[in-house]
Amino acid sequence: MSARKGPGGPAEPAGDAGAAAIEIRGLRKSFGDNEVLSGIDFHVDAGEVVCVIGPSGSGKSTLLRCVNLLEEPSAGTVRVAGAEVTDPDIDIDAARRRIGMVFQSFNLFPHLTALGNVTIAQRKVLKRDRAEAERVARANLERVGLADKVAEYPGRLSGGQQQRVAIARALAMDPRVMLFDEPTSALDPELVGDVLGVMRELAEDGMTMLVVTHEMSFAREVADRVVFMDGGVVVEEGPPSRVLDDPEHERTRTFLARVLDPAGQGP
Amino acid sequence: MTAEPLKAGPAPGMSRRRRRRLVLGGQYGAFVVVVAVLAALADWPQLQDNFANYGKAKGLFPEILTVGLRNTVVLTALGFAIGLVLGLVLALMRLSSAAPYRWTATAYIEVFRGLPLLLIFVFVGFGVPLAFPGRTVPGGTTGAGALALGLVAAAYMAETIRAGIEAVPKGQMEAARSLGMPYGRAMASIVIPQAFRIVIPPMTNQLVLLCKDSSLIMFLGISLGGRDLTKFGRDLAGQLGNTTPIVVAGVCYLIITIPLSQLARWLEARQRRGER
Repeated sequence: MSARKGPGGPAEPAGDAGAAAIEIRGLRKSFGDNEVLSGIDFHVDAGEVVCVIGPSGSGKSTLLRCVNLLEEPSAGTVRVAGAEVTDPDIDIDAARRRIGMVFQSFNLFPHLTALGNVTIAQRKVLKRDRAEAERVARANLERVGLADKVAEYPGRLSGGQQQRVAIARALAMDPRVMLFDEPTSALDPELVGDVLGVMRELAEDGMTMLVVTHEMSFAREVADRVVFMDGGVVVEEGPPSRVLDDPEHERTRTFLARVLDPAGQGP
Repeated sequence: MTAEPLKAGPAPGMSRRRRRRLVLGGQYGAFVVVVAVLAALADWPQLQDNFANYGKAKGLFPEILTVGLRNTVVLTALGFAIGLVLGLVLALMRLSSAAPYRWTATAYIEVFRGLPLLLIFVFVGFGVPLAFPGRTVPGGTTGAGALALGLVAAAYMAETIRAGIEAVPKGQMEAARSLGMPYGRAMASIVIPQAFRIVIPPMTNQLVLLCKDSSLIMFLGISLGGRDLTKFGRDLAGQLGNTTPIVVAGVCYLIITIPLSQLARWLEARQRRGER
């Protein structure tokens, strides 16, 4: 539909109300002979927070990376905010502008300050002028609690601060959805809370979020829905209370037992 | 406790400290003896007259700076600029997903790294005017020399820059692309600035090499005003029948190259410490 072709600016699709913000159908992805995703179907509604959990190697991150085409799906379709990103004719750069992504390893640009990290894509991609970009950047850095770190380089920030700059960087592009790829897995335990706090506020503000995480308490408290993946398929999904506390499938139960009680000495 | 505490007990005959002193003393002694013998053999007035003749050295100034040093610096800077631009293009070609670009860049790099620099100089200086009658490299002999320097430097720099680009973590490109930057924009704004930071120390060393290699320009037959340091020193040494101009020219080179080498070493050390 909209936002195809044309580097002529951020074409906003007329918000088709009620449509899913992210819609994934029959998604498959193989690396050589290794099929990582074996047919995924699910959707995220606008304003919804969906947490994807599952053992490592279950394809969670690959699924996320297929949503903004960092990985090219082998089959299936992905639609984001009404635009089919798997359409070979789509302007993928235009589509990605509306999909914020936060990485496990932050991936801040080390040669730029926090402010530079948050302004560069605004200026080079959205063609905002410096004053406007800096205004947006400062507002977003303040939103993640880093108003005083504007001039710092990433090397001088803690992991938690870096990840919050990364969130601000994605938010500054006014994304329609936000993807989080294990955003707290690379953090020291005492820094996890700050990042989760920012994400929780984001959820409360109504952002559509797809979060791959191992933080079960975050999933329980913030997610509208939890998706459990294993072996490249969605094993089960539903409200966190059901998936996390009363899972239907044995695989889910086994996984949760291992995650919630890693030492294996529970009741 | 059964083990005896380790004691640096006196060795039979000589203590360790005494032996170390003896060895060190022997080394110093040998050094002093060699220097003294050489000094005694040398004909000092003759040496000074021929290599460090103050009067003749004074006569070289200011031309050795305004002509010789200036032309060396101009050649080096031009050669470096040509090498940098062409090297970046070649590095990007080597990383291209289009095979013909990769092949072309690889062939270029292998050819220009595999040939003697002097051959390239002669080729550009004499070959180009012969191959394209009526055409010369802009800038005359200096232009031809800078071009030859740049063509070869590009081959070396391309490999350095490519390694620098590959040393930038993959996540940087992914983060840039996920913000909606097209590939070229992500390269230009995110990856290449970081790659250049990585390659600054080796590039500084490249600059030192270029400065020295620029002396090959003398084989292209340069005008009086176009003489570089080496040619200038050689010409005046011939005129004066004295080696002092060569020594002064050498000192001029070192004034450029030693600080540059030190700078490269310092930048490298700073990078290793992970500072910005």
